[in-house]
Amino acid sequence: MSVQTIPVTLEVNGHNHSLHLDPRTTLLDALREHLGMTGTKVGCNHGTCGACTVHIDGHARLACLTLAAAATGHSILTIEGLAAADGTPHPMQAAFVAYDALQCGYCTPGQIMSAIACVAEGHTRTDDEIRDYMSGNLCRCAAYPNIVAAVRHVAGAV
Amino acid sequence: MQPFTYVRADSLDAALSEASQPGAAIMAGGTTMVDLMRGNLAAPSRLVDIGHLPGLSEIDTTGPVLRFGALARMADVAEDATLLRDYPALSESLRLAASQQLRNAATLGGNILQRTRCQYFRDGISNCNKRVPGSGCSALDGENREMGLLGTSDQCVATYPGDWGAALAAFDTSVELRSVGGSRTVPFAQFHLPYGDDPAHESVVQPGEIVTAITVQAMPAGRKSTYVKVRDRQSYAYAVVSATVALEMDGDTVTSARVSLGGVASKPWRAPEAEAVLTGRTLTEAVALEAGAAAFAAARPLHHNAFKIELGRRAVARAALLASKRT
Ligand SMILES: Cc1cc2nc3c(=O)[nH]c(=O)nc-3n(C[C@H](O)[C@H](O)[C@H](O)COP(=O)(O)OP(=O)(O)OC[C@H]3O[C@@H](n4cnc5c(N)ncnc54)[C@H](O)[C@@H]3O)c2cc1C
Ligand code: FES
Ligand code: FES
Repeated sequence: MSVQTIPVTLEVNGHNHSLHLDPRTTLLDALREHLGMTGTKVGCNHGTCGACTVHIDGHARLACLTLAAAATGHSILTIEGLAAADGTPHPMQAAFVAYDALQCGYCTPGQIMSAIACVAEGHTRTDDEIRDYMSGNLCRCAAYPNIVAAVRHVAGAV
Repeated sequence: MQPFTYVRADSLDAALSEASQPGAAIMAGGTTMVDLMRGNLAAPSRLVDIGHLPGLSEIDTTGPVLRFGALARMADVAEDATLLRDYPALSESLRLAASQQLRNAATLGGNILQRTRCQYFRDGISNCNKRVPGSGCSALDGENREMGLLGTSDQCVATYPGDWGAALAAFDTSVELRSVGGSRTVPFAQFHLPYGDDPAHESVVQPGEIVTAITVQAMPAGRKSTYVKVRDRQSYAYAVVSATVALEMDGDTVTSARVSLGGVASKPWRAPEAEAVLTGRTLTEAVALEAGAAAFAAARPLHHNAFKIELGRRAVARAALLASKRT
């Protein structure tokens, strides 16, 4: 059976992309398979691990539970859109490096997207609050203490 | 996932008309729906995306009737300062649910209609009377630690997993529904159906109907309320058991009590037996534990979940004592 596609326009990191997609395509698959932006990771594909975290209109959301068609008209920010034009890493990226907040790095793009939102929303009053608002991002290497330290550092700097 | 036609509604009337088409299903935040479709547990031929509709996201937490638009996001409502002050139980039930990414997407209407996390329902292959009526229930003799012990039946022992619904059950809550045929308001106690012989049907929502709002009668007991959620890990987990208690007190004496349970029942569960124990009594730890025991008097434990009776008793007691200290 030939699959019917629909036009979907996605605004990713400030650029518009016009695609023709099967309506079943998730934002995660659209980013990775159709736009070649593989920075956003696939973990569970069920909403449980946070590896696919992106920002939609400034809020951390899960790309695996978002249909690409439903993301039309919203602005999407991925890990690829964080660094400055000259390549300088975003302060949160730099903090993850400085605090060694990763081992294998698979969860890291999702962690960083959640971490930036966590700081922007002000949920950084205590380490427990940071942990609670970051709990949707699992790290199978258990880099948690260093992730909290990185977030605390950036929160203190703003 | 089965193929479907994606329709984005830009007005409520358009959404209602689309929703009335055969094979149509509603998607709001999509955090349950996308996963159900991926597992072929839902297979609509027409997916009506109401997530962008204007006018259904407003909330009013100050009037004599609290009003929550069905499309209000969990994260936004959890941050509402008035709700946190006047109805901490409702606020806490949202903040302690899911993760921030999910709360940013998930809507209040979708939340009360989320489906069970029972592994035998979700796996798509086990016998499950919810998924394939008449096929049996693998949970009865299977791994049933997560299953319910109140309001269950010999056909289904799955729990209703939502936190917001569990807390709403302690209040005078109603759900407003619209369809092309008109509108109706359903008391929350009747919104979810008891399992009985037909566990596949979980709520009164009919095909083509859209939940537009959830309302809660304002009450002074809201201030002395709390949501105690017991989880297997400290954050980002469904309730093993949860207890909502809201109290009115005269000194140390309870003059009116509301108690509801989550994570242990087929639907958001009001516990009038516990309310009766508390009402008129001086609130001590012993009385609070007595109320907790009463809440579980009708429990039907399974092989792996009998521990929830004691855990639940203590959760109710802790909630009652915490609620009584709120001002
Ligand atoms: C990993 C994970 C962990 C979670 N943990 C928790 C938790 O701890 N506590 C908790 O309470 N929840 C938890 N959830 C569930 C989450 O809160 C729900 O998925 C969410 O609230 C559903 O809202 P939604 O807007 O995304 O609904 P959708 O997925 O869009 O819809 C859900 C259902 O409701 C129907 N629907 C939605 N809106 C309407 C409407 N207005 N009118 C009629 N029908 C409608 C849809 O047709 C669908 O059947 C978790 C989910 C995941 C994936
Ligand atoms: S891949 Fe989306 S949450 Fe795991
Ligand atoms: S660094 Fe390996 S999963 Fe987090």
